[in-house]
Amino acid sequence: MLSLEEVRRIAALARLELSPAEETLFAGQLSAILDYVKQLEALDVSGVEPMTHALAAGDAPPLRADEVRPGLPADRALAAAPARAGTSFQVPRIIE
Amino acid sequence: MAVSDHDVVLGLEVHAQLLTRSKIFCGCSTAFGAEPNAHVCPVCLGLPGVLPSLNRRVVEMAVRTGLALGCSVRPRSVWARKNYFYPDLPKGYQISQYELPICEGGGLDITVGGAEKRVRLTRIHMEEDAGKNVHGLAADGSSGVDLNRAGVPLLEIVSEPDLRSVDEAVEYLKELRRLLVWLGVNDGNLEEGSFRCDANVSVKPRGAEKLGQRCEIKNMNSFRFLRQAVDYEVRRQVEIVEAGGRVEQETRLFDPDRGETRAMRSKEDAHDYRYFPEPDLPPVRVEEAFVEEQRRALPELPQARERRYVRELSLPAADAALLTAERQVADYFEEVLARHGRTPEAAKRAANWMNGEVARLANESGLAPPSWKLRPEGLAELLGLVAAGTVGGPGAKQALEEAFRTGAAPAAVVQEKGLAQVSDQGAIEAAVDAVLARSPGEVERYRAGNKKLMGFFVGQVMKEMKGKGNPAVVNALLQKRLEG
Repeated sequence: MLSLEEVRRIAALARLELSPAEETLFAGQLSAILDYVKQLEALDVSGVEPMTHALAAGDAPPLRADEVRPGLPADRALAAAPARAGTSFQVPRIIE
Repeated sequence: MAVSDHDVVLGLEVHAQLLTRSKIFCGCSTAFGAEPNAHVCPVCLGLPGVLPSLNRRVVEMAVRTGLALGCSVRPRSVWARKNYFYPDLPKGYQISQYELPICEGGGLDITVGGAEKRVRLTRIHMEEDAGKNVHGLAADGSSGVDLNRAGVPLLEIVSEPDLRSVDEAVEYLKELRRLLVWLGVNDGNLEEGSFRCDANVSVKPRGAEKLGQRCEIKNMNSFRFLRQAVDYEVRRQVEIVEAGGRVEQETRLFDPDRGETRAMRSKEDAHDYRYFPEPDLPPVRVEEAFVEEQRRALPELPQARERRYVRELSLPAADAALLTAERQVADYFEEVLARHGRTPEAAKRAANWMNGEVARLANESGLAPPSWKLRPEGLAELLGLVAAGTVGGPGAKQALEEAFRTGAAPAAVVQEKGLAQVSDQGAIEAAVDAVLARSPGEVERYRAGNKKLMGFFVGQVMKEMKGKGNPAVVNALLQKRLEG
């Protein structure tokens, strides 16, 4: 079972604010998912190459040629931005 | 104890933007300097439902760079997501490589204080660049985000902690930069940020085995700032250790205005990037034939060229280093040699003119060798005239300037402007006699032992001949008249 502390840390990394009730709820749900996947540990996979992608080896699509293609006009790119300044996305002050 | 009682241990991470036309995972342009967000599309904006598609040229450049640095190339390398939140990272993760990078091992030779040393490399991997934040955009202090750079391909080149001084670090960076620019994979521009460097710095008591805790320093966009930042950081760490404290592992920013490094406030979580394999991209497969193709495409590398100039042409090391600082200059020099000759004498003459007058004119014009109007055959022609004594130093300089400016053939310039050197015995004798006849006082003093006056006579004869007298003949004749 995941501890509440672990749940809080994961939530902080994902920038999620959870209520105490949610922390308990997700501790249970996340643990259930991890336990489900954990069943795989019963298998001996020592001779199997780790799979990092759903495509089988050798099935990779051809690589793209290095050619410029038109993208979006700035106005469309910025259409969903909550705020803009000129053609920049405007965000709260970044302190560094 | 002081700084001098400690060993400095440095490792460098270089981020080099690759000179592709389009971004790493989409067709947007990589051109620098456009209006904010002029080169963006749903892929590099991180909009939902899009798929990245890998630029073949990025893999070619990564493999070529790896081969030039003696790395081993992985037949199968894997993309990973590096997760963190920052306004310039629209997806909330950077597509990078983690456990299985495209290149591993290898190294780069550097020479510091006459001693050669090999700096080992840990790895080279491919990744996408982030966008750019523009601070203080509006009066309320808000920031702007420009995503033109988001998705520009990068190579991250990581060294082992093999560097023992800031001099070695600077030399390593210069050497690496020369190589990347030479290969045509990077433009080497530190100020614009297309060649960036982070340093891992630690100190340990002199001779100790165990490495100290390291700090990562960011934000050094010149060789001078690298020096300042590392010097400051070494002093800071030594002071902590000597006061009985412990150096905390952290990321620190260099502040060029204060010449200091300071801890970054926002990075408490920085070391938990929760890497996992990128599900949207299959592993990169690099066939043996592809590697061989890239190996064949490698030019003669700068260090090899530099050493060859010393070995085969007997050039002084300093000349060879200047000639091979840039590939276009070195290739131009090769073409001059092909026409003017490869004897040590011819090579030295070509090197002197290349590194002297030609370099000066090139600097003034701000042009790169392919745009010089003076082509290698023109320079070779001029060097031939110099070698034959047809034209003297001052005349050759004048002809060179004219040829560099207009592209005219140096021989024609020498002819038109009457720059040819006069070696004719009779003409020089006449000038010598005229000068001696009108300087009886100087002649008397010279014969009485004031030999320094030779300079005066030579100057007068040259003036008489409008600078065109062959200096060797002028000297010989003056000697004969005055001593005889």
